[in-house]
Amino acid sequence: MSARFGLGRWLLPTYTALALVFLLIPIAYTFVFSFNDSIKSNISWRGFTLDNWTNVCNAQDVCEAFGNSILIGVVATVIATTLGTMIAIALVRFRFRFRSGISLLLFLPMATPEVVLGAGLAAEFLGAGVQKGIGTIIIAHTMFCISFVVVTVKARVSSLDPALEEAGRDLYGSGPQVFWRITFPLLLPGIVAAALLSFALSFDDFIITNFNSGAATTFPKFIYIAAARGIPAEANVIASAVFLIAIALVVISQVSAAARRRRLAATT
Amino acid sequence: MAFSAFATTTQAVQAPKRTSRVALLLLLPGILYLALFFLVPLVALVITSLQAPAEFGDIGQFQNAFRWENYATVIGQYGAQILRSFFYAVLATVFALLFSYPLAYFIGVKARKWPLLQNLMLVMVIAPFFISFLLRTLAWKQLLSDESFVVTGLKALSLLAPDAHITGTPVAVVFGLTYNFIPFMTLPLYAALERLDTRYLEAGSDLYSTPFTTFRTVTVPLSMPGIVSGVLLTFIPAAGDYVNASREFLGGTGTTMIGNVIESNFLVSLNYPAAASLSIILMAVILVLVTAYVRRSGTEDLL
Repeated sequence: MSARFGLGRWLLPTYTALALVFLLIPIAYTFVFSFNDSIKSNISWRGFTLDNWTNVCNAQDVCEAFGNSILIGVVATVIATTLGTMIAIALVRFRFRFRSGISLLLFLPMATPEVVLGAGLAAEFLGAGVQKGIGTIIIAHTMFCISFVVVTVKARVSSLDPALEEAGRDLYGSGPQVFWRITFPLLLPGIVAAALLSFALSFDDFIITNFNSGAATTFPKFIYIAAARGIPAEANVIASAVFLIAIALVVISQVSAAARRRRLAATT
Repeated sequence: MAFSAFATTTQAVQAPKRTSRVALLLLLPGILYLALFFLVPLVALVITSLQAPAEFGDIGQFQNAFRWENYATVIGQYGAQILRSFFYAVLATVFALLFSYPLAYFIGVKARKWPLLQNLMLVMVIAPFFISFLLRTLAWKQLLSDESFVVTGLKALSLLAPDAHITGTPVAVVFGLTYNFIPFMTLPLYAALERLDTRYLEAGSDLYSTPFTTFRTVTVPLSMPGIVSGVLLTFIPAAGDYVNASREFLGGTGTTMIGNVIESNFLVSLNYPAAASLSIILMAVILVLVTAYVRRSGTEDLL
């Protein structure tokens, strides 16, 4: 129908291209300024250098904050993925009372503004006299990651053909054998996706972290504090490197999924 | 495929109705965790919101009480910031929807013929997620600063008054909120539009409907679940955000949002009851708005 207008045909593709470029502008800016030969604040362009990339830990506090973020992300991801996967399996495979209550409990953390989650936990820690630090950040991150893990893994469990597990039981596989040899490998792509999502959420979280970190810093918190006096170019290096790794992971998973689909199409 | 769908339904019918011990073991750790670190904090917020300053206490020392006037106090003191938060969040949600719909439509419907291009464009949509939220916002602060070519260009074209700024104004804050939450809008829209059966659109044009009527009466209703999810995923974080509106980022003195007030009361002036009652107000308003919105758009089973 748009073939009638030469302009109409190109309008949407042109818009899409411009919109995607727009979305990438701040990423390009961050990347370009990671090569800036800056002294203190990284605002105006002073010339190209690779020093920021080769000596990332020159700005020592950046590296320390980055290390904390990785540690928190890994621990929170492991706990949240384990707890969330268990819930997802129970939700799909079993019937029990209070089902709608449990669904609501899983949905609410995703519908609550982060500032409320952060202030609530901080109020709890304050009341209980808990010293805030890396431990409380991990507790907070695990909490908001669980729901996202449940949603992601649940989709995978629902699409699983129960006949495969039945076949395992028919062949006298014990409960744990059937789980570890059949169910778990089939769920693995969903679990990996959930773990990556958790890590990404934890790594980039600032609002909840800010309420529950005490004196500990994470990479986003470091940027927030440094924003007042200028961000060192090394922060751009870390952010750009993380970005490139994440994009590489996405591309690898897409390519391998496409290859798997082709193999599957060839065998059936 | 059809067979496995059938197998799933029979399995569901056969599933035992009693609470199995295995199910309990699987659920208990995670549910206890959420109870302890999601529900108890909400209770802690309610208790804190009613606290009164401790007698002869220092700054930041409070005792349990039932000071309901805390709520009236914060509404009186921060009414403007509360209203502003919801106003900014509504604007950002509308702009994100207008920005994302054509984008998601092209990726989900028009680009179906080219799966590789489709995947590439999706990666570009989620790419901003992979770079720090704060650095993204700071990048816009530099790109919209008074010395930037955006501002000097607009001034040269007389589209902006010579003494005007962009950063520090509501325009910049709403712009930042919109930009930061666009992927949350585009992805659910894409998911809904990607499943859209284009034969319905052909049917519309076969019945002599104009493209606009087809869009309004066929495409939009069919993509409603995506619109609802996108609106919720954008509106909720936007209303509670305090990074964009903060003075070190895109905001100024006149752009303070409820999140900024909660943060400064909790972490700077140690006025915990004020921060807690503001949090409860924010959560209550959001729950009411979300429930009303989901009811109205007829997608209750979405959740």
